[in-house]
Amino acid sequence: MNVIPLSAGDLWIAAGLVCALGLLSLQMKLHLAGQLCVAACRTTVQLFLVGFVLKALFAHVAWYWVALMASIMLVAAAREVTARQKHRFKGWWGIGVGGFAMFVSSFSVAILALVLIVGATPWYAPQYAVPLLGMLLGNTMNGISLGLDNMIQAVCQQQGQIEQRLLLGQDRRQVMVEIRQNSMRTGMIPIINAMAAAGLVSLPGMMTGQILAGSPALEAVKYQILIMFLITAGTGFGLLGALWIASQRLFDDRHRLRLDALKQT
Amino acid sequence: MAFAATFQSCGATCYKEKRLSTLTLQQLSGRGGGPYDLTIGPGECVGLSGPSGSGKTLLLRAIVALDEHGGQVFLDDQSIREIKAPEWRRQVAMLPSEIFWWFDRVGDHFSVVNHVWLNALGFDQGVLEKPVSRLSTGERQRLGLVRMISHQPKVLLLDEPTASLDEKTTHQVETLVAGYRNAHGAPVLWVSHDERQLERVADRCFAMKQGELTPRRDQ
Repeated sequence: MNVIPLSAGDLWIAAGLVCALGLLSLQMKLHLAGQLCVAACRTTVQLFLVGFVLKALFAHVAWYWVALMASIMLVAAAREVTARQKHRFKGWWGIGVGGFAMFVSSFSVAILALVLIVGATPWYAPQYAVPLLGMLLGNTMNGISLGLDNMIQAVCQQQGQIEQRLLLGQDRRQVMVEIRQNSMRTGMIPIINAMAAAGLVSLPGMMTGQILAGSPALEAVKYQILIMFLITAGTGFGLLGALWIASQRLFDDRHRLRLDALKQT
Repeated sequence: MAFAATFQSCGATCYKEKRLSTLTLQQLSGRGGGPYDLTIGPGECVGLSGPSGSGKTLLLRAIVALDEHGGQVFLDDQSIREIKAPEWRRQVAMLPSEIFWWFDRVGDHFSVVNHVWLNALGFDQGVLEKPVSRLSTGERQRLGLVRMISHQPKVLLLDEPTASLDEKTTHQVETLVAGYRNAHGAPVLWVSHDERQLERVADRCFAMKQGELTPRRDQ
Protein backbone atom coordinates (compact mmCIF):
# COMPACT_ATOMS: atom_id res chain seq x y z
CA MET A 1 0.00 0.00 0.00
CA ASN A 2 1.28 3.48 -0.87
CA VAL A 3 0.49 5.58 2.20
CA ILE A 4 1.33 9.23 1.78
CA PRO A 5 2.61 10.21 5.24
CA LEU A 6 1.23 13.40 6.77
CA SER A 7 3.57 15.91 8.34
CA ALA A 8 2.83 18.15 11.33
CA GLY A 9 2.56 21.01 8.85
CA ASP A 10 -0.25 19.22 6.99
CA LEU A 11 -2.23 18.95 10.22
CA TRP A 12 -1.56 22.63 11.01
CA ILE A 13 -3.09 23.63 7.68
CA ALA A 14 -6.32 21.78 8.60
CA ALA A 15 -6.18 23.20 12.14
CA GLY A 16 -5.80 26.67 10.63
CA LEU A 17 -9.15 26.28 8.89
CA VAL A 18 -10.82 25.43 12.23
CA CYS A 19 -9.10 28.46 13.84
CA ALA A 20 -10.36 30.68 11.01
CA LEU A 21 -13.89 29.41 11.61
CA GLY A 22 -13.49 30.10 15.34
CA LEU A 23 -12.31 33.66 14.69
CA LEU A 24 -15.18 34.28 12.31
CA SER A 25 -17.69 32.96 14.86
CA LEU A 26 -16.14 35.27 17.49
CA GLN A 27 -16.60 38.25 15.21
CA MET A 28 -20.18 37.22 14.38
CA LYS A 29 -20.91 36.52 18.09
CA LEU A 30 -22.15 32.98 17.34
CA HIS A 31 -20.94 31.69 20.74
CA LEU A 32 -19.32 28.74 19.01
CA ALA A 33 -15.64 29.57 19.35
CA GLY A 34 -15.24 28.08 22.83
CA GLN A 35 -17.01 24.83 21.96
CA LEU A 36 -15.05 24.55 18.69
CA CYS A 37 -11.76 25.05 20.51
CA VAL A 38 -12.53 22.49 23.21
CA ALA A 39 -13.84 19.92 20.69
CA ALA A 40 -10.81 20.35 18.40
CA CYS A 41 -8.41 20.01 21.34
CA ARG A 42 -10.28 16.92 22.62
CA THR A 43 -10.17 15.31 19.17
CA THR A 44 -6.42 15.90 18.85
CA VAL A 45 -5.53 14.69 22.36
CA GLN A 46 -7.93 11.71 22.38
CA LEU A 47 -6.89 10.46 18.94
CA PHE A 48 -3.16 10.81 19.66
CA LEU A 49 -3.65 8.98 22.96
CA VAL A 50 -5.57 6.17 21.30
CA GLY A 51 -2.90 6.09 18.58
CA PHE A 52 -0.22 5.44 21.19
CA VAL A 53 -2.43 2.84 22.88
CA LEU A 54 -3.06 1.06 19.58
CA LYS A 55 0.64 1.16 18.73
CA ALA A 56 1.41 -0.52 22.06
CA LEU A 57 -1.47 -3.01 21.59
CA PHE A 58 -0.24 -3.96 18.11
CA ALA A 59 3.27 -4.46 19.47
CA HIS A 60 2.17 -6.66 22.41
CA VAL A 61 -0.68 -8.86 21.17
CA ALA A 62 -2.43 -10.37 24.22
CA TRP A 63 -6.09 -11.12 24.77
CA TYR A 64 -6.21 -9.40 28.16
CA TRP A 65 -5.01 -6.05 26.77
CA VAL A 66 -7.64 -6.25 24.04
CA ALA A 67 -10.27 -7.14 26.65
CA LEU A 68 -9.22 -4.17 28.80
CA MET A 69 -9.44 -1.82 25.83
CA ALA A 70 -12.86 -3.24 24.88
CA SER A 71 -14.13 -2.80 28.46
CA ILE A 72 -13.03 0.83 28.58
CA MET A 73 -14.74 1.48 25.23
CA LEU A 74 -17.94 -0.20 26.48
CA VAL A 75 -18.10 1.81 29.71
CA ALA A 76 -17.49 5.06 27.81
CA ALA A 77 -20.25 4.17 25.31
CA ALA A 78 -22.69 3.20 28.08
CA ARG A 79 -22.02 6.53 29.80
CA GLU A 80 -22.64 8.43 26.57
CA VAL A 81 -25.98 6.62 26.06
CA THR A 82 -27.35 8.02 29.33
CA ALA A 83 -25.55 11.36 29.28
CA ARG A 84 -27.90 13.04 26.80
CA GLN A 85 -31.20 11.71 28.13
CA LYS A 86 -33.65 14.05 29.84
CA HIS A 87 -34.95 11.21 32.00
CA ARG A 88 -32.84 8.21 32.93
CA PHE A 89 -33.18 5.15 35.12
CA LYS A 90 -32.07 5.53 38.72
CA GLY A 91 -28.94 3.83 40.03
CA TRP A 92 -27.00 1.27 38.02
CA TRP A 93 -29.96 0.74 35.72
CA GLY A 94 -29.13 4.13 34.14
CA ILE A 95 -25.87 2.89 32.69
CA GLY A 96 -26.79 -0.79 32.80
CA VAL A 97 -29.72 -0.85 30.34
CA GLY A 98 -27.75 0.54 27.39
CA GLY A 99 -24.45 -0.98 28.53
CA PHE A 100 -25.75 -4.53 28.79
CA ALA A 101 -27.56 -4.35 25.44
CA MET A 102 -24.46 -2.92 23.74
CA PHE A 103 -22.25 -5.54 25.37
CA VAL A 104 -24.39 -8.42 24.17
CA SER A 105 -25.02 -7.16 20.64
CA SER A 106 -21.74 -5.43 19.74
CA PHE A 107 -19.45 -8.01 21.31
CA SER A 108 -21.27 -11.01 19.88
CA VAL A 109 -21.46 -9.47 16.38
CA ALA A 110 -17.78 -8.44 16.58
CA ILE A 111 -16.64 -11.89 17.73
CA LEU A 112 -18.78 -13.55 15.06
CA ALA A 113 -17.23 -11.34 12.38
CA LEU A 114 -13.67 -11.81 13.66
CA VAL A 115 -13.91 -15.58 13.89
CA LEU A 116 -16.10 -16.48 10.92
CA ILE A 117 -15.54 -13.68 8.40
CA VAL A 118 -12.20 -11.88 8.94
CA GLY A 119 -10.38 -15.00 10.13
CA ALA A 120 -7.34 -13.19 11.54
CA THR A 121 -4.77 -15.05 13.64
CA PRO A 122 -5.25 -14.88 16.55
CA TRP A 123 -8.94 -14.05 16.20
CA TYR A 124 -8.61 -11.17 18.72
CA ALA A 125 -5.75 -9.53 16.77
CA PRO A 126 -6.06 -5.91 17.92
CA GLN A 127 -5.48 -4.53 14.43
CA TYR A 128 -8.89 -5.92 13.45
CA ALA A 129 -10.71 -6.36 16.78
CA VAL A 130 -10.33 -2.83 18.13
CA PRO A 131 -11.43 -0.85 15.03
CA LEU A 132 -14.27 -3.29 14.34
CA LEU A 133 -15.55 -3.11 17.90
CA GLY A 134 -15.11 0.65 17.91
CA MET A 135 -17.28 1.10 14.84
CA LEU A 136 -19.91 -1.31 16.16
CA LEU A 137 -20.02 0.31 19.59
CA GLY A 138 -20.12 3.84 18.20
CA ASN A 139 -23.08 3.15 15.93
CA THR A 140 -24.94 0.91 18.38
CA MET A 141 -24.48 3.64 20.98
CA ASN A 142 -26.18 6.19 18.71
CA GLY A 143 -29.09 3.89 17.94
CA ILE A 144 -29.68 2.81 21.54
CA SER A 145 -29.33 6.35 22.81
CA LEU A 146 -31.95 7.67 20.36
CA GLY A 147 -34.32 4.73 20.84
CA LEU A 148 -34.17 4.72 24.64
CA ASP A 149 -34.59 8.48 24.85
CA ASN A 150 -37.61 8.26 22.54
CA MET A 151 -39.20 5.49 24.62
CA ILE A 152 -38.69 7.15 28.00
CA GLN A 153 -39.90 10.54 26.74
CA ALA A 154 -43.01 8.94 25.22
CA VAL A 155 -43.83 7.06 28.42
CA CYS A 156 -43.45 10.22 30.53
CA GLN A 157 -45.62 12.26 28.14
CA GLN A 158 -48.29 9.56 27.68
CA GLN A 159 -48.66 8.51 31.31
CA GLY A 160 -52.42 9.22 31.27
CA GLN A 161 -53.01 7.18 28.10
CA ILE A 162 -50.91 4.28 29.36
CA GLU A 163 -52.75 4.12 32.69
CA GLN A 164 -56.12 4.41 30.91
CA ARG A 165 -55.22 1.35 28.81
CA LEU A 166 -54.07 -0.53 31.91
CA LEU A 167 -57.41 0.34 33.54
CA LEU A 168 -59.21 -1.24 30.60
CA GLY A 169 -57.41 -4.51 31.29
CA GLN A 170 -54.51 -4.32 28.83
CA ASP A 171 -51.18 -5.69 30.01
CA ARG A 172 -47.82 -3.90 29.91
CA ARG A 173 -46.86 -5.52 26.61
CA GLN A 174 -50.04 -4.34 24.89
CA VAL A 175 -49.79 -0.75 26.14
CA MET A 176 -46.18 -0.47 24.95
CA VAL A 177 -46.65 -1.82 21.41
CA GLU A 178 -46.84 1.51 19.57
CA ILE A 179 -44.24 3.21 21.76
CA ARG A 180 -41.79 0.36 21.23
CA GLN A 181 -42.37 0.39 17.46
CA ASN A 182 -41.74 4.14 17.28
CA SER A 183 -38.63 3.92 19.45
CA MET A 184 -37.25 1.08 17.35
CA ARG A 185 -37.83 3.09 14.18
CA THR A 186 -36.18 6.17 15.69
CA GLY A 187 -33.12 4.22 16.78
CA MET A 188 -32.69 2.55 13.39
CA ILE A 189 -33.11 5.69 11.27
CA PRO A 190 -29.39 6.71 11.29
CA ILE A 191 -28.07 3.36 10.08
CA ILE A 192 -30.89 2.90 7.54
CA ASN A 193 -30.18 6.41 6.20
CA ALA A 194 -26.46 5.63 6.11
CA MET A 195 -27.06 2.45 4.11
CA ALA A 196 -29.48 4.18 1.74
CA ALA A 197 -27.11 7.09 1.10
CA ALA A 198 -23.84 5.09 1.00
CA GLY A 199 -21.99 5.71 -2.24
CA LEU A 200 -24.63 8.12 -3.57
CA VAL A 201 -24.59 11.00 -1.13
CA SER A 202 -21.39 10.25 0.73
CA LEU A 203 -18.47 7.86 0.81
CA PRO A 204 -18.42 6.14 4.21
CA GLY A 205 -15.53 7.12 6.50
CA MET A 206 -13.85 3.76 6.77
CA MET A 207 -13.88 3.20 3.04
CA THR A 208 -12.52 6.68 2.41
CA GLY A 209 -9.77 6.02 4.96
CA GLN A 210 -8.80 2.75 3.31
CA ILE A 211 -8.72 4.31 -0.16
CA LEU A 212 -6.63 7.24 1.11
CA ALA A 213 -4.31 4.71 2.74
CA GLY A 214 -3.79 3.04 -0.66
CA SER A 215 -6.16 0.03 -0.56
CA PRO A 216 -7.73 -1.08 -3.86
CA ALA A 217 -11.19 0.52 -4.18
CA LEU A 218 -13.08 -2.77 -4.48
CA GLU A 219 -11.42 -4.21 -1.36
CA ALA A 220 -12.40 -1.07 0.52
CA VAL A 221 -15.96 -1.44 -0.78
CA LYS A 222 -16.19 -5.04 0.41
CA TYR A 223 -14.96 -4.10 3.87
CA GLN A 224 -17.43 -1.22 3.99
CA ILE A 225 -20.39 -3.44 3.03
CA LEU A 226 -19.33 -5.94 5.69
CA ILE A 227 -19.11 -3.21 8.31
CA MET A 228 -22.47 -1.68 7.32
CA PHE A 229 -24.24 -5.02 7.67
CA LEU A 230 -22.54 -5.76 10.98
CA ILE A 231 -23.44 -2.32 12.33
CA THR A 232 -27.06 -2.75 11.21
CA ALA A 233 -27.33 -6.13 12.94
CA GLY A 234 -25.53 -4.90 16.06
CA THR A 235 -27.68 -1.76 16.32
CA GLY A 236 -30.92 -3.62 15.65
CA PHE A 237 -30.31 -6.44 18.13
CA GLY A 238 -28.87 -4.04 20.73
CA LEU A 239 -31.84 -1.73 20.36
CA LEU A 240 -34.32 -4.60 20.68
CA GLY A 241 -32.59 -5.71 23.87
CA ALA A 242 -32.34 -2.23 25.38
CA LEU A 243 -35.99 -1.40 24.65
CA TRP A 244 -37.14 -4.74 26.06
CA ILE A 245 -35.17 -4.26 29.29
CA ALA A 246 -36.36 -0.64 29.59
CA SER A 247 -40.02 -1.51 29.06
CA GLN A 248 -39.75 -4.28 31.69
CA ARG A 249 -38.18 -1.80 34.10
CA LEU A 250 -40.90 0.80 33.51
CA PHE A 251 -43.58 -1.56 34.84
CA ASP A 252 -43.72 -3.89 37.82
CA ASP A 253 -45.11 -7.42 38.00
CA ARG A 254 -48.59 -6.02 38.80
CA HIS A 255 -48.56 -4.16 35.45
CA ARG A 256 -48.23 -0.77 37.13
CA LEU A 257 -46.40 2.09 35.42
CA ARG A 258 -43.35 2.90 37.59
CA LEU A 259 -42.13 6.36 36.66
CA ASP A 260 -40.44 6.39 40.06
CA ALA A 261 -37.77 4.19 38.45
CA LEU A 262 -36.68 7.31 36.54
CA LYS A 263 -34.97 10.51 37.52
CA GLN A 264 -34.69 13.78 35.66
CA THR A 265 -31.19 14.79 34.66
CA MET B 1 -89.99 8.77 28.59
CA ALA B 2 -88.29 7.82 25.36
CA PHE B 3 -85.02 7.41 27.25
CA ALA B 4 -86.69 5.32 29.96
CA ALA B 5 -88.17 3.05 27.29
CA THR B 6 -84.76 2.70 25.65
CA PHE B 7 -83.24 1.78 28.98
CA GLN B 8 -85.91 -0.76 29.69
CA SER B 9 -85.02 -2.47 26.43
CA CYS B 10 -81.34 -2.10 27.34
CA GLY B 11 -82.02 -3.84 30.62
CA ALA B 12 -83.55 -6.72 28.78
CA THR B 13 -80.96 -7.07 26.05
CA CYS B 14 -77.65 -5.84 27.42
CA TYR B 15 -77.25 -8.04 30.46
CA LYS B 16 -77.18 -11.71 29.66
CA GLU B 17 -77.00 -12.83 33.26
CA LYS B 18 -77.22 -11.21 36.64
CA ARG B 19 -73.98 -11.87 38.51
CA LEU B 20 -74.08 -10.86 42.14
CA SER B 21 -70.72 -9.62 43.37
CA THR B 22 -69.44 -8.10 46.59
CA LEU B 23 -66.40 -5.84 46.87
CA THR B 24 -64.58 -5.90 50.21
CA LEU B 25 -61.74 -3.64 51.32
CA GLN B 26 -59.84 -5.08 54.26
CA GLN B 27 -57.29 -2.83 55.96
CA LEU B 28 -56.53 -1.32 52.56
CA SER B 29 -53.91 1.43 52.71
CA GLY B 30 -52.04 3.30 50.02
CA ARG B 31 -50.47 6.63 49.14
CA GLY B 32 -53.73 8.38 50.03
CA GLY B 33 -54.02 7.06 53.59
CA GLY B 34 -55.93 4.27 55.26
CA PRO B 35 -56.28 1.61 56.41
CA TYR B 36 -59.83 1.39 55.03
CA ASP B 37 -62.42 -1.30 55.73
CA LEU B 38 -65.48 -1.22 53.53
CA THR B 39 -67.89 -3.72 52.01
CA ILE B 40 -70.09 -2.88 49.03
CA GLY B 41 -72.78 -5.44 48.41
CA PRO B 42 -74.31 -6.66 45.13
CA GLY B 43 -76.05 -3.82 43.31
CA GLU B 44 -75.20 -1.37 46.09
CA CYS B 45 -73.90 2.14 45.37
CA VAL B 46 -71.62 3.80 47.91
CA GLY B 47 -70.98 7.53 47.53
CA LEU B 48 -67.66 9.09 48.45
CA SER B 49 -67.08 12.81 48.87
CA GLY B 50 -64.36 14.93 50.39
CA PRO B 51 -62.12 17.90 49.67
CA SER B 52 -59.68 17.85 46.77
CA GLY B 53 -56.47 16.07 47.74
CA SER B 54 -58.10 14.04 50.49
CA GLY B 55 -57.19 10.76 48.79
CA LYS B 56 -60.42 9.70 47.02
CA THR B 57 -58.77 9.04 43.66
CA LEU B 58 -55.79 7.36 45.33
CA LEU B 59 -58.21 4.99 47.09
CA LEU B 60 -59.74 4.01 43.73
CA ARG B 61 -56.24 3.55 42.24
CA ALA B 62 -55.30 1.26 45.12
CA ILE B 63 -58.47 -0.82 44.62
CA VAL B 64 -57.59 -1.42 40.95
CA ALA B 65 -53.92 -2.11 41.81
CA LEU B 66 -52.68 0.91 39.87
CA ASP B 67 -50.74 2.03 42.96
CA GLU B 68 -48.88 -0.01 45.54
CA HIS B 69 -51.02 -0.80 48.56
CA GLY B 70 -51.16 -2.67 51.82
CA GLY B 71 -54.06 -4.77 53.03
CA GLN B 72 -56.49 -6.72 50.89
CA VAL B 73 -59.27 -6.24 48.36
CA PHE B 74 -61.68 -9.09 47.70
CA LEU B 75 -64.11 -9.58 44.86
CA ASP B 76 -66.42 -12.12 46.45
CA ASP B 77 -63.90 -14.62 47.84
CA GLN B 78 -61.13 -13.84 45.35
CA SER B 79 -58.24 -11.72 46.59
CA ILE B 80 -56.63 -9.00 44.47
CA ARG B 81 -53.33 -10.83 44.97
CA GLU B 82 -54.60 -14.09 43.50
CA ILE B 83 -55.65 -12.66 40.13
CA LYS B 84 -53.36 -11.18 37.46
CA ALA B 85 -53.67 -7.39 37.50
CA PRO B 86 -55.09 -6.98 33.93
CA GLU B 87 -57.79 -9.58 34.67
CA TRP B 88 -58.57 -7.88 38.00
CA ARG B 89 -58.97 -4.52 36.22
CA ARG B 90 -61.34 -6.06 33.68
CA GLN B 91 -63.55 -7.19 36.56
CA VAL B 92 -63.10 -4.18 38.86
CA ALA B 93 -63.26 -1.28 36.42
CA MET B 94 -62.33 2.30 37.21
CA LEU B 95 -63.48 5.34 35.24
CA PRO B 96 -60.93 8.13 35.90
CA SER B 97 -62.03 11.76 36.03
CA GLU B 98 -59.94 12.54 32.94
CA ILE B 99 -60.57 10.22 30.02
CA PHE B 100 -57.70 9.48 27.63
CA TRP B 101 -57.81 8.27 24.02
CA TRP B 102 -54.90 7.04 21.92
CA PHE B 103 -56.20 6.24 18.43
CA ASP B 104 -57.46 8.92 16.04
CA ARG B 105 -60.94 7.44 15.55
CA VAL B 106 -63.43 6.89 18.39
CA GLY B 107 -64.52 3.45 17.17
CA ASP B 108 -60.95 2.09 17.26
CA HIS B 109 -61.07 2.26 21.07
CA PHE B 110 -63.99 -0.17 21.30
CA SER B 111 -63.48 -3.92 21.04
CA VAL B 112 -67.21 -4.41 21.67
CA VAL B 113 -69.80 -1.76 20.85
CA ASN B 114 -73.16 -1.73 22.58
CA HIS B 115 -75.40 0.56 20.55
CA VAL B 116 -78.14 0.56 23.19
CA TRP B 117 -75.78 2.07 25.73
CA LEU B 118 -74.51 4.56 23.14
CA ASN B 119 -78.10 5.62 22.45
CA ALA B 120 -78.85 5.78 26.18
CA LEU B 121 -76.17 8.46 26.53
CA GLY B 122 -77.37 10.43 23.52
CA PHE B 123 -75.08 9.12 20.77
CA ASP B 124 -75.83 7.45 17.47
CA GLN B 125 -73.57 4.98 15.65
CA GLY B 126 -71.99 7.83 13.66
CA VAL B 127 -69.99 8.88 16.72
CA LEU B 128 -67.76 5.84 16.25
CA GLU B 129 -66.49 7.27 12.96
CA LYS B 130 -65.68 10.64 14.49
CA PRO B 131 -62.10 11.74 15.15
CA VAL B 132 -61.40 11.94 18.89
CA SER B 133 -60.07 15.48 18.43
CA ARG B 134 -63.59 16.67 17.53
CA LEU B 135 -65.20 15.39 20.74
CA SER B 136 -66.09 17.79 23.54
CA THR B 137 -64.89 17.07 27.09
CA GLY B 138 -68.41 15.94 28.07
CA GLU B 139 -68.66 13.62 25.05
CA ARG B 140 -65.30 12.09 25.93
CA GLN B 141 -66.48 11.49 29.49
CA ARG B 142 -69.74 9.80 28.42
CA LEU B 143 -68.04 7.71 25.75
CA GLY B 144 -65.41 6.72 28.32
CA LEU B 145 -68.22 5.29 30.47
CA VAL B 146 -69.67 3.32 27.53
CA ARG B 147 -66.17 2.03 26.67
CA MET B 148 -65.67 0.88 30.26
CA ILE B 149 -68.99 -0.93 30.72
CA SER B 150 -68.72 -2.53 27.26
CA HIS B 151 -66.40 -5.03 28.94
CA GLN B 152 -69.21 -5.83 31.43
CA PRO B 153 -67.15 -5.44 34.62
CA LYS B 154 -68.43 -6.83 37.91
CA VAL B 155 -67.62 -3.65 39.90
CA LEU B 156 -67.72 0.03 38.87
CA LEU B 157 -65.44 2.64 40.46
CA LEU B 158 -66.47 6.06 39.17
CA ASP B 159 -64.29 9.11 39.77
CA GLU B 160 -66.47 12.19 39.20
CA PRO B 161 -68.15 10.68 36.13
CA THR B 162 -70.39 13.71 35.50
CA ALA B 163 -67.97 16.53 36.32
CA SER B 164 -68.10 17.92 32.76
CA LEU B 165 -71.76 17.24 32.02
CA ASP B 166 -74.92 19.34 31.94
CA GLU B 167 -78.08 18.45 33.85
CA LYS B 168 -79.64 16.36 31.08
CA THR B 169 -76.58 14.24 30.33
CA THR B 170 -75.84 13.91 34.06
CA HIS B 171 -79.29 12.37 34.45
CA GLN B 172 -78.61 10.03 31.51
CA VAL B 173 -75.37 8.83 33.14
CA GLU B 174 -77.03 8.35 36.54
CA THR B 175 -79.84 6.32 34.95
CA LEU B 176 -77.43 4.18 32.92
CA VAL B 177 -75.27 3.39 35.97
CA ALA B 178 -78.37 2.61 38.09
CA GLY B 179 -79.67 0.29 35.37
CA TYR B 180 -76.29 -1.41 35.06
CA ARG B 181 -75.86 -2.07 38.77
CA ASN B 182 -79.43 -3.27 39.23
CA ALA B 183 -79.43 -5.53 36.22
CA HIS B 184 -75.87 -6.73 36.73
CA GLY B 185 -75.77 -6.88 40.52
CA ALA B 186 -72.62 -4.75 40.38
CA PRO B 187 -71.30 -2.88 43.42
CA VAL B 188 -70.58 0.80 42.61
CA LEU B 189 -68.24 3.23 44.36
CA TRP B 190 -69.14 6.74 43.16
CA VAL B 191 -66.80 9.67 43.91
CA SER B 192 -68.34 13.12 43.58
CA HIS B 193 -68.12 16.63 45.00
CA ASP B 194 -71.84 17.04 44.38
CA GLU B 195 -73.57 16.09 47.65
CA ARG B 196 -77.05 16.23 46.08
CA GLN B 197 -75.97 13.84 43.35
CA LEU B 198 -74.65 11.37 45.92
CA GLU B 199 -77.96 11.57 47.77
CA ARG B 200 -79.73 10.68 44.51
CA VAL B 201 -77.52 7.79 43.42
CA ALA B 202 -75.97 6.27 46.55
CA ASP B 203 -77.36 3.87 49.13
CA ARG B 204 -74.68 4.90 51.64
CA CYS B 205 -72.34 7.88 51.68
CA PHE B 206 -68.91 8.40 53.21
CA ALA B 207 -66.79 11.51 53.57
CA MET B 208 -63.06 11.24 53.24
CA LYS B 209 -60.95 13.56 55.31
CA GLN B 210 -57.24 13.25 55.95
CA GLY B 211 -57.18 9.66 54.80
CA GLU B 212 -60.15 8.48 56.88
CA LEU B 213 -63.65 7.40 55.88
CA THR B 214 -66.56 8.75 57.90
CA PRO B 215 -70.19 7.63 57.27
CA ARG B 216 -72.28 10.60 56.09
CA ARG B 217 -75.73 9.31 56.95
CA ASP B 218 -77.32 6.17 58.32
CA GLN B 219 -79.18 3.89 55.98
